[in-house]
Amino acid sequence: MSQASARQDTINSIAITHPQWLPICRRSDLVSNSGVCALWGDTSSENADNTVKSEKKKGIALFFLPGQDRQLYAVDNWDPIAQAGVISRGIIAELEGELTIASPLYKHHFRLEDGVCIEDANIQLTTYPLAFNGNTVYIGCNK
Amino acid sequence: MKEKTEKQKLVVIGNGMVGHHFLEQLAEKNGSIDFEVTVFCAEPRPAYDRVHLSEYFAGRSAEDLAMGHIEQYRKWDFELELNNPAIAIDRDKRTVTAKSGRLYTYDQLVLATGSYPFVPPIPGHQHERCFVYRTLEDLDAIRTAASTAHSGVVVGGGLLGLEAANALKALGLEAHVVEFAPGLMTTQLDEGGSDLLRKKIEALGVKVHTSRATELIAEADDRLRMQFKGGDELLTDMIVFSAGIRPHDELAKSSGLQVGERGGIVIDSRCRTSDPRIFAIGECALYEGRIFGLVAPGYSMARTAVAQLTGSETFFNGADMSTKLKLLGVQVGSIGDAHGRSEGAAAITFMDEQGGVYKRMITDAKGQKLLGAVLVGDTGDYDTLLQYHLNDIELPEHPEQLILPSVDGAGSPLGASALPASATVCSCYNVSKGQIIDVVHGGCHTLAEVKDVTKASTGCGGCAALLKNIVDSELAALGMEISNHLCAHFPYSRQELFHIIQVGEIKTFDDLLDKHGSGQGCEVCKPTAASIFASLWNEHILAQAHVGLQDTNDTFMANMQKNGSYSVVPRIPGGEITPEKLIVIGDVAKRYDLYTKITGGQRIDLFGARLEQLPEIWRELVDAGFETGHAYGKSLRTVKSCVGSTWCRFGVQDSVSMALRVENRYKGLRSPHKIKMAVSGCTRECAEAQSKDVGVIATEKGWNLFVAGNGGMRPRHADLFATDLDDETLIRYIDRFLMFYVRTADKLQRTSVWLESLDGGLDYLREVIIDDKLGICAELEAQMSRVVDSYQCEWKSAINDPEKLKRFRQFVNSTESDDKIVFVKERGQPRPATTEEILEAAESA
Repeated sequence: MSQASARQDTINSIAITHPQWLPICRRSDLVSNSGVCALWGDTSSENADNTVKSEKKKGIALFFLPGQDRQLYAVDNWDPIAQAGVISRGIIAELEGELTIASPLYKHHFRLEDGVCIEDANIQLTTYPLAFNGNTVYIGCNK
Repeated sequence: MKEKTEKQKLVVIGNGMVGHHFLEQLAEKNGSIDFEVTVFCAEPRPAYDRVHLSEYFAGRSAEDLAMGHIEQYRKWDFELELNNPAIAIDRDKRTVTAKSGRLYTYDQLVLATGSYPFVPPIPGHQHERCFVYRTLEDLDAIRTAASTAHSGVVVGGGLLGLEAANALKALGLEAHVVEFAPGLMTTQLDEGGSDLLRKKIEALGVKVHTSRATELIAEADDRLRMQFKGGDELLTDMIVFSAGIRPHDELAKSSGLQVGERGGIVIDSRCRTSDPRIFAIGECALYEGRIFGLVAPGYSMARTAVAQLTGSETFFNGADMSTKLKLLGVQVGSIGDAHGRSEGAAAITFMDEQGGVYKRMITDAKGQKLLGAVLVGDTGDYDTLLQYHLNDIELPEHPEQLILPSVDGAGSPLGASALPASATVCSCYNVSKGQIIDVVHGGCHTLAEVKDVTKASTGCGGCAALLKNIVDSELAALGMEISNHLCAHFPYSRQELFHIIQVGEIKTFDDLLDKHGSGQGCEVCKPTAASIFASLWNEHILAQAHVGLQDTNDTFMANMQKNGSYSVVPRIPGGEITPEKLIVIGDVAKRYDLYTKITGGQRIDLFGARLEQLPEIWRELVDAGFETGHAYGKSLRTVKSCVGSTWCRFGVQDSVSMALRVENRYKGLRSPHKIKMAVSGCTRECAEAQSKDVGVIATEKGWNLFVAGNGGMRPRHADLFATDLDDETLIRYIDRFLMFYVRTADKLQRTSVWLESLDGGLDYLREVIIDDKLGICAELEAQMSRVVDSYQCEWKSAINDPEKLKRFRQFVNSTESDDKIVFVKERGQPRPATTEEILEAAESA
């Protein structure tokens, strides 16, 4: 069994058992080697029934890298430097072995792993765990 | 507190190239602090480039040739009196009288009065169809006369005479050259060189008549008859005298300054005349019995005078009159003692009658030093020979190797390392090898930076190759690797990568990375590879394998604006649009509430479209017959045009039809950077083609093609590439030019920078594209026709493909819009709200 699928199985089992893992979109909504944006409710909210009000929703950028050790990443779609929701429309760039997303407006790089901005380590995007369960993509919320 | 000291009054008479250079140098030394400067100019406009005067007939305007600008002089705080020549100098009272009648006093006076064309006193020389070739006004008069003439004669077969003959030829006349001496350019060339030059010029259709002394010019049936000594005659319609120059020394003479026997204001090595308060510089000055009729020595005199005035000392000790130029397309070079008149001089000659090349070196008796040289037909060795000559470098054991064609590429041009630090590399701006090395050590690590700081190679450009050589070898000496690698993932330049992809027929990025790269790619190599794939294979940019490679603008086929919304630009070829289509654009803009603005490229930009609106907007535009404008791509943007001969009373060709043809041919071509073009219907150039990557200007006989112009941050005037082309040749040259650029340019390199970095520059580009030196023209054309044939409107394909449209969802799991994108109205149209406006709105809600 490959490392990737072993990891995926682990996540799958977490996804099913963990109360904070919730479906966010379909597998077919993702674009290989690129990003899409999904709308997501504020997970710190008390609402358990998934009917979150729109002002508490935000965009999350989802990246799918088939064939990689880790193939799913999720970070906030809001680019705090450009002040626009555009992260999902950047190019995935590897810088010295680390995978980053280059924001399309001012080309800052944010590490996919932890959301830290390479050019300014004081800036960090929130990251989220993401997993497949069958044809559905699940997002994990830690709070 | 600023101490007020009395400024000295400095008067400068003459505003030619040398006079202007003097002022430029003075301004650089903050001359206006110490001097109150008044400049007299006899002509109606400030200094212009007389060296390139004949380009006035090839489409360059008076503004293009201008060197001095009124605003610049104002900024320098120099008073410029145009159209107001000085007419008298009173040295006792220290005054200058101007033609306007006003009297000006001076503390220091600079004479930069230049020279005038010598017109031999042949009876009839004052005929109204006899001209000289010196000022823009002269050229205007020649142009007017030429419009009704069939043939024209230039009297004088020297350097300027041949320039004038070229101009007559450019004006469509049958051109004749009449020379008193037995050969052409006898000052610079020996007999062998002169003979070959004559053959070459005659082959170009110019009739050459040597050993002819004109005795009479008379009117004969509406034409002019030139009668030569010995009885020969020549009928023509106009005559241009270019039989040498004479110094403008009348003011000096009448005020009692010492002048030479045959004219010229006598100066010493400080450029002072016999009156220490008066300097003379340029072609009016006589140093050690010689007049220096080239611009470089004139500039050198200007610098000497400025140094004297600003309290430092440099000396003018004569100048090397070596010269390299192109006359009627023939390369000619002359160095030092071209005729081998020095005592004991020996010559080595190479003559290739077939190839039309003549080279001759003059050495000292021992064959150790180079005294002079003549080159006709090929001046490739000029720079090397000149450096041997100027720096007294000992010649190699077999000096003939320097001019013999190398059989196996073993020919050894003089390496930069062989030159002493004192060697002058750029004679226009007097930059030595030592100065160049200093700035490289001082932190300038690119050729462009070195040029910028030293100005070397920004004058005539003759030293470009040598300069590059010095900079490269100095960088290498500093242990710096001159890396042109694309990025960390590919150890290749863009050009090399292009070749790799083409030869290996590589179609995907994964394959490319696998075979030739490392790591996983980045935002530099991914779009570059995508662009090369598109140039070569032209698959849809949203084809699955390429999606992740594209910049956001290419991915969504629109231009992202600061708030994450997009702008949309439909193609409007040549700027021509029907009222019906204009209404469609208006309707669409109104329906989607888009900010509408006319662009500089004659089309309409619609701003503020949300990602999810793009497909709907484009469906409407495509239905109405619009195509994508590729405003988002590194590709052809617009072909701007004027209305041309269809409507305009001045137009000589149908510029709109040509613009449409060009735009429709090259639309969709992916390239290293964006490409802009324009077509003008006459030399008035209303489409501003000379600021474009490809500019086309109509002539009476066809089209002039300009290349590598640029506007924007780093404006560059386009270079005239070829003249009077027919439609098909024009398209063929553009095909080749664009494909050669696409193949060889660096990433994000506009044609302007590309051309400047191309070894051999414009001449080399002409050899590749016109003469097919590399034998690749057929391939370039075939490649272009593949791109043209496989064109598809990316938007038209996309709106009919549900898979591609999936990408245009703001949220993959919701139909909501991005509530972070907020617009407010200004001047009746939407614009992005500022952060403060968004916060205010949120608070009040």
